[in-house]
Amino acid sequence: MSETALSFSPRRVSAMMLRYWYLLRSSWPRLLDLVYWPTVQMVTWGFLQYYITTNAGFFARAGGTFIGAVLLWDILFRGQLGFSISFLEEMWSRNIGNLMMSPLRPFEFITALMVMSVVRLAIGAVPVTFLAIAFFGFNLYGLGLALVAFFLNLMLTSWAIGIFVSGLILRNGMGAENLAWSIMFLFMPLTCVYYPVTTLPVWLQPVAWLLPPTYVFEGMRALLIEKTFRPELMLDALALNVVLFAGGVFAFLKLLQSARRHGSLMQTGE
Amino acid sequence: MCAMPVPPPIEVDHLVKVYRTIPAVDGISFTLSPGSITGLLGGNGAGKTTTIATIMGLTTPTSGRVTVLGAEMPRQRYRVLQRMNFESPYVEVPMRLTVRQNMTVFGMLYGVEDLRERIAQLGRELDLTDLLDRPTGRLSAGQKTRVSLAKALINNPVVLLLDEPTASLDPDTADWVRAHLERYCRKHHATVLLASHNMAEVERLCERVIIMKRGRIEDDDTPAKLLARYGRRTLEEVFLDVARGNGEQREAAQ
Repeated sequence: MSETALSFSPRRVSAMMLRYWYLLRSSWPRLLDLVYWPTVQMVTWGFLQYYITTNAGFFARAGGTFIGAVLLWDILFRGQLGFSISFLEEMWSRNIGNLMMSPLRPFEFITALMVMSVVRLAIGAVPVTFLAIAFFGFNLYGLGLALVAFFLNLMLTSWAIGIFVSGLILRNGMGAENLAWSIMFLFMPLTCVYYPVTTLPVWLQPVAWLLPPTYVFEGMRALLIEKTFRPELMLDALALNVVLFAGGVFAFLKLLQSARRHGSLMQTGE
Repeated sequence: MCAMPVPPPIEVDHLVKVYRTIPAVDGISFTLSPGSITGLLGGNGAGKTTTIATIMGLTTPTSGRVTVLGAEMPRQRYRVLQRMNFESPYVEVPMRLTVRQNMTVFGMLYGVEDLRERIAQLGRELDLTDLLDRPTGRLSAGQKTRVSLAKALINNPVVLLLDEPTASLDPDTADWVRAHLERYCRKHHATVLLASHNMAEVERLCERVIIMKRGRIEDDDTPAKLLARYGRRTLEEVFLDVARGNGEQREAAQ
């Protein structure tokens, strides 16, 4: 097989996944961190929802929207964070030079980071979904096939953002690290996690509809409140996600190219 | 039928690398022959690391051309990265992973066959067998350097770039590492480019020395010829002459 930038080796992808798995396995604080925040979030919002449902008629009908939103938001946020943290581990350990000078291709690296974001999410979020059943009787898996559509769309968005942020860090060094932790919060008000899009000012609503997660959260509310699954929302989100993901990969490759031009790969500090 | 000409392991042709407006490397050219060990000397900021990074495909030349085993870097790097490797103090192997885990990951990345045996072999050769299952971060500086060397040799590279390979090693361990490198190069007919500030090391290992200053090649010859040309007894004295411009003054006087 010709050795080009487009070659793809499952063995090299497995090597990177193994590297992150070894790291997770060797560090209990890392594992704890995966579970800690999703649990705190779910419990806090769960009790808030419990209080509201017992005091307001509408919310009594809309049972689960808050806690559902928390769990889905966590998929989006933790998905991106899982991707970015695996990438940051390479920067923190000054290993990125070893990887960039190895036969590992950018697409293989990205694939390994995507798979690991799912693994990290599974470790952190799956136990929390069971806690949600135990504490509040909310069964996320009760969303059925809709959950698959929600999950797929949210993961695609989280990867696209994670890929873009990783490119920025490669190009600009650890000074851009804060973006990895904070960029998703920019999306939080605009994607209408906890309220319908109609809550936003009219002029801001088109902006919200440009973001794929908005469709997911609207879809979730439609399912929980009106008991209606709206596949058109999921297809719109998917179309936007394809554009967003392609844009993220394109930006990553351009930023990597720029990092090579500016010598940033040799100086991965601040 | 004529045999295809074998491309040189490393060929640098009028390489220029400018960061914004500052030239880090300013039009250097050299070719390394197969199986040779060449020292790259120069003070801090002379352009050694940029030269090595460009050969590895880590930075793009501003102008000029770098080829490794006939592949233009960085454009065609994937044709040759599997046959080359490097060691540098600017990068580390992950510290939380054990030595064996690190070797496994890098072995898989480089497509090493029979990886288990290769790790065991490197363990024996670099005296790492007892350390294989210890976290890399808990090793001494000298042991870590040996691990970095094991990573650099995991794929039996035919082109090896070494940036300060014995820095932070005690004299005995450093000597042991040099002996190992010599053996490795003889056995694998590997071509080595070695950047070092340790003149004794360069004198012992290298059959050719390239001295850089302010991004340019100031001199390029065998250690013996350099000593004779500068009328010095050690490479360190030659290096100081070049660094302080004594060579230029002498030439001007002549």
